[in-house]
Amino acid sequence: MAAETDRGTDLLVADLEAAIGSERVAVGGGARRLYSRDSSMIAGGRAGPVCFAESTDDVAACVRVATAHGRAFVARGAGTGLSGGAVPCNEPVVIVTTRMNRILEVDLDRRLAWVEPGVVNLDLTRHLAGSGLHFAPDPSSQQACTIGGNVANNAGGPHCLAYGVTSAHVVALEVVLPDGSVVVLGDELCDATGYDLRGVFVGSEGTFGIATRIAVRLTPDPPAVRTLLLDFMDIADAAETVSAIIAAGVVPAAMEMMDQGVVAAVEPFVGAGYPLDAAAVLIVELDGLPAGVSLEVDLVAEMGRAHGARTVRVAADEEERARIWKGRKNAFGAIAHIKPGYYLHDTVVPRTRLAEVVAEINEAVERLDLIVMHVFHAGDGNLHPLLVFDPREPGVMDRVAAAGEEIVRISLAAGGVLSGEHGIGLEKRRFMPMLFTPADLAAQLRLRRAFDTQGLANPLKILPTSASCGDVMGLGTVPEGVWT
Amino acid sequence: MNAMERFRDEVGADGAVCVRGGGTRWTLGTSPYVEADEGPEVRVVTAPQGIQKHDPAEMTVMVGAGTALTDLAAALSLHGQEVALEGPPGSTVGGTLAVGHSSVRRPRIGAARDTLLQAECVGADGALFKAGGPTVKNVTGYDLCRLLVGSLGTLALLGRVILRTRPVPEQTIWMTGGVLPSDVLAACYRPAGVLWDGTSTFVRLEGYSSDVRDEAQSLALLGLSGVDGPPSLPMHRDRWRGTLPAGGVLEVSTGVLHRPDPALPAPVAPAVRALADRVRAGFDPGGRLNPGRDPYLVTA
Repeated sequence: MAAETDRGTDLLVADLEAAIGSERVAVGGGARRLYSRDSSMIAGGRAGPVCFAESTDDVAACVRVATAHGRAFVARGAGTGLSGGAVPCNEPVVIVTTRMNRILEVDLDRRLAWVEPGVVNLDLTRHLAGSGLHFAPDPSSQQACTIGGNVANNAGGPHCLAYGVTSAHVVALEVVLPDGSVVVLGDELCDATGYDLRGVFVGSEGTFGIATRIAVRLTPDPPAVRTLLLDFMDIADAAETVSAIIAAGVVPAAMEMMDQGVVAAVEPFVGAGYPLDAAAVLIVELDGLPAGVSLEVDLVAEMGRAHGARTVRVAADEEERARIWKGRKNAFGAIAHIKPGYYLHDTVVPRTRLAEVVAEINEAVERLDLIVMHVFHAGDGNLHPLLVFDPREPGVMDRVAAAGEEIVRISLAAGGVLSGEHGIGLEKRRFMPMLFTPADLAAQLRLRRAFDTQGLANPLKILPTSASCGDVMGLGTVPEGVWT
Repeated sequence: MNAMERFRDEVGADGAVCVRGGGTRWTLGTSPYVEADEGPEVRVVTAPQGIQKHDPAEMTVMVGAGTALTDLAAALSLHGQEVALEGPPGSTVGGTLAVGHSSVRRPRIGAARDTLLQAECVGADGALFKAGGPTVKNVTGYDLCRLLVGSLGTLALLGRVILRTRPVPEQTIWMTGGVLPSDVLAACYRPAGVLWDGTSTFVRLEGYSSDVRDEAQSLALLGLSGVDGPPSLPMHRDRWRGTLPAGGVLEVSTGVLHRPDPALPAPVAPAVRALADRVRAGFDPGGRLNPGRDPYLVTA
C-alpha cells in the first residue's frame, strides 16, 4: 500500500511540475514541515507537495491536478491563522499564494482596488497613503497577514466595530472553484444578481475554493479622529461603560479593553501610559466630522465618569494617540515574556454580559491553576482570553485544553458564539454541535457540497467529522507579530 | 406549540409552497411567461409576526419574519434605533430580506444583507434550522444568512430573525443642485446617499446636527440647496451599465439604476449559474419552495 501511495505521489508531483514548473513545486521535508503548521496550537498536519502559485492559471492548474489525482488541496497565505484553517489534512497539495502579491488596480474615484490574495493587509493601506482612502479591516496581524487570508477567515480587527468585518469590504472575488473552473463572484459596483455567493465565500476558510483576485472597497479616511483612554478599578464598571455608550447611540470606531494582567505586561515595554493599578483600561476611538467627534468625546468621557472611570485621558496629539494604540497592538508580544507558552482564544458574547463572563472565565481558569488575561474588542463583545503557561510543565497541556473548553462553555451559556474573527478551522470544529443542531449543521454541509462536490477543498475543517487531523495542543509559541 | 413550530407545520414536508409577506414585490424574479405560485397546487403560507425582543445596548432585535417593517420601525424608534431595511408600504421583514434590496442610504447604514445576524427557517424537508448567531460579530461556520438574503425564499423560508439595529441619526436633510455627483462626493465625508438623474445630483446628509450643518454649508458653496426629499424613483430597478436611460435615476455609490421601463437581467456566467443551481438543488432537491421564482431573473 505504502509503495502504491508513493507511486501515486510521484505521479501527482510529476503532473504538478508539468503544470507550473518543477522549480515551483517543493517536495522536500523542509518545505513540508514548514507548511504543516500555521500560527495555531495545532501540530501534526502533514503537507503534500507544496506549490508556489504566481497566477490564477497556476492555482487553477494545481487544483485540477490535485483533484484529478483524488488528492485534497489547501490554500495558504502568510500562515497567521489561529484556528488551524491552513493546517494540511490528508496530505493535500499546498497551494501557497504569497507570491501573488500585486496590487493590480486602484480606482480612487470608485473607491475600489483589485488585489491578489498574497497582498499583505497593511501593504494595501500603506500603498494608499496620501490618497485619503484606506482598507478598513485591521486584524492585529495586519503587518503579516494576507488579504486572501482575511477573505478566508472573514477577518476583523479593532475598527470593525464601526466599519464592519472583511465581508463588508469585499465586493467581488475571482475564485478557482474546487472543480478547477474560474468564476467571478459578486460585482465591482452593484450587488451581483442572484444568490450572494460572494458573501458565503468570504469566511469559508478555503473550503469553497481559492480566491485569486479580490476587489475590495476602500474607505475614506475620517476628517477627525480622537482617542480616549479610560481606566477603572473594577472591570464591571468598564464593561457597563461600553454598554452605556452603545445604548446612548454612539458607535465608536473602536472600543478595546485590557485587564490588569495585560496592562502589567505591556506597560513596561511600550510606555503607553496605562495605569498599572487599574483593573481595566478602555481605549475608545471616535472618528467622523470634527463637530460630531467633539460631541462624542464629551459624551464618552461623561459616560465613563458616570460609571466609575478613575481617569479619562484624551490623546492630545497624534504621537500620544499612536502610543495608546501601540500598547494594544503589541499586547501579545509583551505577554510572551511572562511565560514561554500562550494560547489565545476567541469567542463573542452579548456585550451586556462581558463583565460576568470575564469573571466566570477567570474563576474557571484559576480552578485549573492557570493564568488568564484579557485583551479584547469590547465594543462588539469579542473576547480574547489569553492563557499563559509553561509548556514544559508536566500535565499543563491537559489543563490548557480544559480551560479552553470552559471558555467556550461559559461563552455559549451567556448567549455567545464560538468565534468572532479567528474562524473554526480544526480548533473548534468539535464544539460546533454545542451551538448548532444536526439540522443546522446539515444546512451548512449542503452549501459546502454545492461548492465542493468531491470533498477535496481543505477537508476536515469547520464542520465536525469523526476523522482526525493534527493535535489541538501543539507545543510552542506564536511567532512575534502575528496575532488576533 | 410556539409560533415557529406552527409555521413549520404549516409549511410541512411536501407539496409546493410559497411564502407571502406584504406582497409588495410579488412578481419579482418570476418569468413574465410563467405565472409563479398560481393555482391550487401551490400553498401560500405566512411567517410569524411580532417583535420578540429589542435589546438597544446589544443593537439587536429578534422579530417574526411576517412583521410589517413599519411596526418594527415604530418599536425601534422608541429607543432611538432603526434597521437598514426599507421597502414599499406594506412590506414585511421577511419579504424585504428575501428580496434583498438595500436602502438608498446604503453608503451610510450598510446593506440589507449585512443586517441579518440569525435566521430560524423552515427547510424544504419541513424541519426547522438556524443560520448565523445572535451576536453582532460572528464567524462560526458558514455564513448562511448571506445566502438567504436575496434568495426569494428558494432555499428556506424565514420564520424568525435577529437583525442588527443602529442609532437613528439626529438630523437628516436632502439637498440638490445641477452639479456632478463626483463634485458632491469630493465635498462631503460620507454622504448617506447620492442620486443622479442626468441633470441634478441629490444628496442625503445625516448625522449630528452640527455635522449636517457644516457639510450643508460646503455643498451650498457648490450651488446645492435644500429640498424636501429625493426625486421620485421610477418603478423598475436595474444595474448601472454605463448610460443613464431617459427618466432614470442612479444611486451613484451602489450602482443601482431606477428606470421607468423594465430591463432584462444581466447575463450570468454558466459556471456561476451551475454553482447556484447546485446550491438550490442542495437546499431544495424537490423544487418545492417558491417554485417559479428565480433570483437570477431579478435585475438588481
